[in-house]
Amino acid sequence: MTTIDSIDNGVNVQALLDAREALKASPEAAQFTWRSTTRWENGVHTTSTVKDFAGLGAEQTHKAEATFTADHPEVFAAEDHGITPIEYLLVGLGSCLTAGVASVAQNRGIQLRSVEATIEGAHDIRGILGADSDVRNGYNGIKVTFAIDADASKEDIEALVAQSQKRSAVFDALTNPTDVTVEVS
Amino acid sequence: MENTTTVVIGAGHAGLAASHFLTARGLDHVVLERGEVANSWRTERWDSLRLLTPNWQSRLPGHHYGGQDPDGYMTMGEVVEFIDRFAARTRAPVRTGTTVTSLRRTDDGYHVTTDRGELACRTVVIASGACNLPAVPKLAGAVPGTVEQLTPFDYRGPEALPDGGVLVVGASATGVQLAAELHRSGRPVTLSTGEHVRMPRTYRARDVLWWMDAAGVWDQRYDELPDLTRARRLGSPQLAGTPDRTSLDINALTDMGVELVGRAATVRDGEVLFSGGLRNVVALADLKMDRLLNTFDEWAVVSGIDGDVKPPERFEATRVPERTRLRLDLRGGEIRTIVWATGFRPDYTWLDVPVVDGKGHLNHDGGVLDSPGLYALGLPVLRRRRSTFIHGIEDDARDVVDHLSGYLAAGR
Repeated sequence: MTTIDSIDNGVNVQALLDAREALKASPEAAQFTWRSTTRWENGVHTTSTVKDFAGLGAEQTHKAEATFTADHPEVFAAEDHGITPIEYLLVGLGSCLTAGVASVAQNRGIQLRSVEATIEGAHDIRGILGADSDVRNGYNGIKVTFAIDADASKEDIEALVAQSQKRSAVFDALTNPTDVTVEVS
Repeated sequence: MENTTTVVIGAGHAGLAASHFLTARGLDHVVLERGEVANSWRTERWDSLRLLTPNWQSRLPGHHYGGQDPDGYMTMGEVVEFIDRFAARTRAPVRTGTTVTSLRRTDDGYHVTTDRGELACRTVVIASGACNLPAVPKLAGAVPGTVEQLTPFDYRGPEALPDGGVLVVGASATGVQLAAELHRSGRPVTLSTGEHVRMPRTYRARDVLWWMDAAGVWDQRYDELPDLTRARRLGSPQLAGTPDRTSLDINALTDMGVELVGRAATVRDGEVLFSGGLRNVVALADLKMDRLLNTFDEWAVVSGIDGDVKPPERFEATRVPERTRLRLDLRGGEIRTIVWATGFRPDYTWLDVPVVDGKGHLNHDGGVLDSPGLYALGLPVLRRRRSTFIHGIEDDARDVVDHLSGYLAAGR
């Protein structure tokens, strides 16, 4: 029999719960700005870097700068130096939902053994090619399938996945409209 | 200026229950009422509305439903009559047609200003209701002028609406009831749903609210709930008090022909955009309903009544169409009316005591406000889950008047 104290998914839930309470009283500290910089290489090949962000009322820095290469595959007549930008959305969604599953499981005292999310985005590329103005540029739909091995009933696992979506930043960003401003400096 | 020990604001079920216990303790008081007794039930409800709770649950201190249909649901006229009779029976000192315009703290109590004069008192019970105003999201401001917009306060019945499509926003009790009624009136209905509470009308052949009562769910105290803020803000369950006791969940509406879409997220260029997260809000509601039914089943076994009720049952998962619309053009004429069934909020604009939080709700600890001698009654989950309902007021009013009386005794 596993007790809540002995389960460990590696998530410091107490720190998150403490932060939730602290930020109720100081909403200004909860305002974060995430940043990324993209540099054009050649063709449709780009390099993006992420290092700094702002939050808790101060400038913050990741331990290390992260670099992401994007390109398009050869079937798009490109050189395929990296994944396509729209695939990065799947990366973001999968990592956000999976992190959420681990956090919720920790909070609910459920020991995870393995979690794997498979994500598929259905994309009609006639939109971006301008081949049919009735076809949208973005995904027509995204399907996430979780395979989870844990000390929990099927219902509890389904509830983990549902709660993870409910609190997911990327799920919200993909399912609800976001105001986007693009300017030239 | 007129002096009294206690002023009760509002002569609905909550204010009248407070009056009942104040009288029992011999405390001098008046009940100020802007309209008539049970004013909101008289003037702010649509014609077909019935209580969600069965008649046998309509209880006030010393006052029970005595009719022939204990399992039925009161119409608004019956609710008004029920509360009226309670007011008469308790001889509550109600002053009708008296609107409170300001409540201020003084050195030894409170100063109440009304449109008919002023009162000084030691203590005040705020029983002005939780649903004084419809809560309409900001995006309503961007809806094109060609589309008529209604709140449940404007709605009496379908006949006043233009012919043509209706978008009902919100799938709590109000939203599902109005969606069904408007659909039956021949208008194509689209229902926009965010998070909601799904419940069957009957479970194992008993009213689901019988289970809530019997299994002790409604007895849960406010200070024992893991997330009190959420419990207090939760929408009403998808129930209707219809005589045929059928469920009115999303599957029932889909079977009628109501079109389901996600939560209304924004209006952009004359189009309303819906969330693509519909499947998850539906999954959350299904999972929560099943957990509630498990609670009932476990209680049935433990309490030994398992053999006296029908066997456990589980309901079909909520069906979501393969594709739901993510956008709807409001300029095309398909939608003629939007009904904002997006909840209600209290109105404390008259309250000049700093006890209201940033979201317009009272800061209170089980009805005790952070201002000596000031109390609240008749709010959701005030002291128990039961507090949300008419029959929850008896225990709450007794507790709050006990506290009030202790406060007065200590100050003497």
